[in-house]
Amino acid sequence: MKALQFKRNLPRYAAARLAGSFTPGRGATVGPLELVDLDPPVMPGPDWVRVRPRLSGICGSDLATVDGRSARYFEPMVSFPFIPGHEVVGDLDDDQRVVLEPVLGCASRSIAPTCSACAAGRLGNCEHTTFGDLSAGIQTGSCHDTGGGWAVAFSAHPSQLHPVPDGFSDEAAVMIEPAACGVHAAFAAKVPDSVVVAVLGAGTLGLATIAALRAYTSPRTIVATARHPHQQSLAAELGGDLVVAPTEVRRAVRRAAGTRAISRNGEGAAGTVDRLTGGADIVIDCVGSSSSLTDALAVTRPGGRIVLVGMPAVIELELTPLWHRELELVGSYTYGTETLQDGSTTRTFDLAFDLVSQADLGRLVTTTYPLARYREALEHAASAGSRGAVKVAFDLRDERERSAS
Amino acid sequence: MSNGQHPAPRPGFVLDVDRTTPPILFHHGAGFRLEKLPAGRSRVIYPAEPLAGLDDPEGAIRDALLNPLGDSAPLPALLHPGMKLTIAFDDISLPLPPMRRPDIRQRVIEAVLDLAAEAGVDDVHLIAALAIHRRMTEDELRHTVGDRVYDAFAPKGLLYNLDAEDPDGMVVLGETPHGEDVHFCRRAAESDLVVYVNINLVSMDGGHKSTATGLAGYTGLRHHHNVHTLRNSKSLMDRENSALHASNWRMGSVIRDAGVKIFQIETTVNNDTFGRDGPLALLQKREWEWTGRDRAQFLAMKTGLDVLPGTARRKIFDGWRAPYQMTSVQAGEVEAVHEVTTANVYAQQLVPVEGQTDILTMGLPYICPYNVNSIMNPILVMCLGLGYFFNLYRGRPLVREGGVVIMSHPTPWEFHPVHHPSYIDFFEQVLADTTDPIEIESRYEKQFAEDEWYIHLYRTSYAYHGVHPFYMWYWGSHALEHLGRVIIVGGDPAAVRRLGFQAASTLPDALEMASDVVGPQPTITHMKNPPLLMADVT
Repeated sequence: MKALQFKRNLPRYAAARLAGSFTPGRGATVGPLELVDLDPPVMPGPDWVRVRPRLSGICGSDLATVDGRSARYFEPMVSFPFIPGHEVVGDLDDDQRVVLEPVLGCASRSIAPTCSACAAGRLGNCEHTTFGDLSAGIQTGSCHDTGGGWAVAFSAHPSQLHPVPDGFSDEAAVMIEPAACGVHAAFAAKVPDSVVVAVLGAGTLGLATIAALRAYTSPRTIVATARHPHQQSLAAELGGDLVVAPTEVRRAVRRAAGTRAISRNGEGAAGTVDRLTGGADIVIDCVGSSSSLTDALAVTRPGGRIVLVGMPAVIELELTPLWHRELELVGSYTYGTETLQDGSTTRTFDLAFDLVSQADLGRLVTTTYPLARYREALEHAASAGSRGAVKVAFDLRDERERSAS
Repeated sequence: MSNGQHPAPRPGFVLDVDRTTPPILFHHGAGFRLEKLPAGRSRVIYPAEPLAGLDDPEGAIRDALLNPLGDSAPLPALLHPGMKLTIAFDDISLPLPPMRRPDIRQRVIEAVLDLAAEAGVDDVHLIAALAIHRRMTEDELRHTVGDRVYDAFAPKGLLYNLDAEDPDGMVVLGETPHGEDVHFCRRAAESDLVVYVNINLVSMDGGHKSTATGLAGYTGLRHHHNVHTLRNSKSLMDRENSALHASNWRMGSVIRDAGVKIFQIETTVNNDTFGRDGPLALLQKREWEWTGRDRAQFLAMKTGLDVLPGTARRKIFDGWRAPYQMTSVQAGEVEAVHEVTTANVYAQQLVPVEGQTDILTMGLPYICPYNVNSIMNPILVMCLGLGYFFNLYRGRPLVREGGVVIMSHPTPWEFHPVHHPSYIDFFEQVLADTTDPIEIESRYEKQFAEDEWYIHLYRTSYAYHGVHPFYMWYWGSHALEHLGRVIIVGGDPAAVRRLGFQAASTLPDALEMASDVVGPQPTITHMKNPPLLMADVT
């Protein structure tokens, strides 16, 4: 079975880190990721089923892994070797099309009773991701026992699977998982009506978050940052009221919030915008870099909330504003169950299906590659913005082994 | 006429370009280009040589104050002990470039103060009538009014910049029949006499505009600084055909009817922008009259400038002080004074031009009214080219409707954060969205005008008011409506695109691009400006 496998190999990991620092995605060429021929997946338990991916997306966290940039935080929470890929639409053996909800919570680990988070439907907060019948792994795509989406087949627990309605294209279906992240971020932001929200970053996550904010909340203004022209257009189409380059975000939020600015000290600095006196009520950082978080801290009003959606790893950050302005810094990881305005609860994935359909998020899948061209695919995904792409995915629909297996 | 030092100045004229015509010097920001214009279908409008200055400026000023025009008593008769006297004067935007010391305003203000002192007037305020322009710095005020006046008044808080956002310092005097609020400086409104001291660099300046605009804020300005008015000002340099001026004149009537007594002092300057000798003198010469030394000097200057970074080039030019000489001074009743002033401006600047052109070219210099000691940002480039130079006509625009303007300027994506904070936002947000003046006005103006941070910076720092970049854009709205295309030669492509224009590397490229609009053999007219000229187009 053809698969892209990531092995524990420290020298190659270091090489990937070096190569990736020069050319994003280049870690795929020299790093621990390899195209291999494996035996078909073994089901980890009696309930498990085989999924044959049709499209399998490449996510920012995958790229961080490939380029040796992922946080050491995850080291005890993955099991090697593993097959990446957690944004998946695939077929079951009965040809039912399914989308994978990749989090490996208590149910998939045969842990009973479940942890309180899983019991509440907050799978992303599962406390047992390194326990139970499975090897360590917070998601399919980082667990040795399950395999992952960058292969012709992998194993999935029925609790992880969502049937894809007829009429949903594969491209739309593969966007369900990232869309669910955006939906979860929009809910985690707890957006009151008529406030100013800023979304930093207009990659897949940023765009999905903007769409989710527009669909499920009622802010007065959504300010969005986007580096590239196609991202700017999409951010505006999906609901951004004011879409600006990242370098312009402080001035843009100032205008939107109608606040004053604090300029840098020194002659000739009046009129520059170092930070705002007030600012956005909520900032959702879909980048997770030192620079984006610094911007977030500069433009969030005192008492406001910053939601961290982009995965930050190790960064250097001046946290004085967090303290001085009494800001909330909230993480938003994956999805689970959301509480709607009327108090009812719904699975994030169910909302994501609606969002993808309503906002036509399938159009964000701009490029696909076969597994054999994984190096090109990963380099393309790592420079998606500058190359006019948003979501890059592996297309396994024409893999010969797929029909044979 | 001669001032005894120079031969009689030659009038402006139109040169038909033929094969023997040398390359023409184009201003290009803080630099220059030499451009060969196509023979047989190009012409160059040259400004008149500088008229002679007044031999005795102080004497002429005193004579004007004692022998006013129109329905006005001589100034001494209007001055008496116990009265409130306010002297308002034009701000840093005039003249361009700033003139060598003593500034004309200093001469006039000193003369007025002498008379006031003789009359025993001791309640005197001096106000820089800057409306919503940036405040002047101490150095700039000193340069304008002179050290003696500055030291006598500024430390006591009696010489200051207008604050048009001070709710206690401004008043609405009334409304014109057209429903226009007349917003006015309270100190001036409550004075027994307002003496206005003007430098009329172009025919747009002066008249009721001095006070109705210079001593007003957004509440009043919005009635004439808008797209409708400016599209109907054809041109805004021609008072008789300018809706902008009609509005100011209506406001002038309201000011007068409210009991505000204005004694207007207007002055004109000659065209001696770059000097008859010195490093920039050749900018006033006609190219075929350049000597070998001129050519060598130009080459050395251009080569030197080309290798300098932008900030260094800017610093060199910012240091230039024009040797302008006063050609006239008249005082008294506003309209009577302004009529004479306008005639004197025309005497220096008006050049008869026959017929319109398909393509109008212009070399934009390093300075416009709003970047003195500052940066010429892209919005100001647009305003200088399409707001000022395009409108320097009487009769008909120099370029035909649907024609093309080609401007030469580096147009860097660069802003002065202290002076132009709202310009940055206008460029980043508004122009990224639309360049249509009507849409800009309806969707964005109010937000910028009432933005409290901009207001704070205008009042406490040296920032143009938040709404100012809108007015710059509206200034060009008549041209935008009239033209088929605007091309900027040598401009930063990204900045030029943001303006909604096209960037060309060379003039031949620009002419080629223009041919899409005006055909393959268009007529071309180059407006060789500055020194300033105004085309009288028949």
